[in-house]
Amino acid sequence: MQYLYYPGCTLKESSAQDMERTALDAAAELGLSLIEIEKWQCCGAVYPLVEDEYVTLLSPARVLFQAKENPVLTLCSACYHVLKRTNQRLSTDKEARDKISWHLEEDYPGETRVIHYLEALRDDLGWEELKNKVKNPLKHRRLAAYYGCLLLRPEKEMNFDNPERPNIMEEFLQALGAEVITYPFRNKCCGSYLAVTEREVMKDTSHNIVEMALKAGAEELITACPLCYYNLGNTLEAKEGNIKISYFSEPLAEALNLRVQEVKT
Amino acid sequence: MKQQESVLEKVRKEVEERSGQDVNACIQCGKCTGGCPLVAAMDLLPREIMLYLQQGAEEKVEKSKTPWICASCFTCTVRCPKELDLSRVMEAVRVKILRPRGITGLNPKDISPELLQDVPQQALVSSFRKHSR
Repeated sequence: MQYLYYPGCTLKESSAQDMERTALDAAAELGLSLIEIEKWQCCGAVYPLVEDEYVTLLSPARVLFQAKENPVLTLCSACYHVLKRTNQRLSTDKEARDKISWHLEEDYPGETRVIHYLEALRDDLGWEELKNKVKNPLKHRRLAAYYGCLLLRPEKEMNFDNPERPNIMEEFLQALGAEVITYPFRNKCCGSYLAVTEREVMKDTSHNIVEMALKAGAEELITACPLCYYNLGNTLEAKEGNIKISYFSEPLAEALNLRVQEVKT
Repeated sequence: MKQQESVLEKVRKEVEERSGQDVNACIQCGKCTGGCPLVAAMDLLPREIMLYLQQGAEEKVEKSKTPWICASCFTCTVRCPKELDLSRVMEAVRVKILRPRGITGLNPKDISPELLQDVPQQALVSSFRKHSR
């Protein structure tokens, strides 16, 4: 299975490099071929929500125009959100499509398949196959999913999972052999980019999530979003080491015995 | 009375055109507010923003912290029984304030070097996108 891989800005800086490294190592092991898109640029991180704003659609549209009929795969929830919604907008809104085509001086190449790494595991590889490839099942590890917002909502456009009762990450953790903990708030916002302007508000919302996960018995939370990772990691509970925050690809690499090799070399 | 009505219409229509949402369709059930993860930090409830827009109370909406606290998490979007997308309404209000000014609420000079080193790129890009046009 071959995909064009769109990394996005945050995965190339230090804070999220762990997500990229472990995900790419795991993909190679699982037979998923990820080819990084050439000369990519930042997707803009947020999807433009007003009808009369087209310029901010250009950056994600460039990725889609470049990809054409090839599926585009992302790791970051925000990139996934922006690319997928832009993809849908271009395929359904003629005015937006014409304006973007005019700016990019290229005909609209048609709809692209935008998928998240977790969807590739579920829909293209399959949980059974993943289970077969696990060499080091994460037995007795109490792992819990943190979905956040951008993968799930709005569900009519994202079409990723049930926005109120998602289970793709739980199925994923189950395939890795972990003891899966579910808890309320796993799809509740962590405070997002208020990390820059309203830090106390962000800390409160993230604390509520982590506290609930701890009460349910989780010892580690997984996420696909670098900003969620940062916000949850800034809670007192995480800083004191009472709960670990990981990218979803970290336990994956561990279950595939890839991290151990990394340490040795 | 007629003149008052036209001002009211203008404010609501501007938000409606930009957001693509029919503000008058809101029935004030408060489901958006009940599920909002950031409501504790807001001065007006999301439901009240809708009410004031229906009433054309532009000043109340524009002075409110609420549209700037909203983090576009889309929880209200998926729960509204009238299928209204409040995150789009909040963005339309922000855009209305931002377009004549360019930037507000986030001065690059106020971001400390420590924070700049610390936060992921995604947080900075999103924040500038929210606070500037």
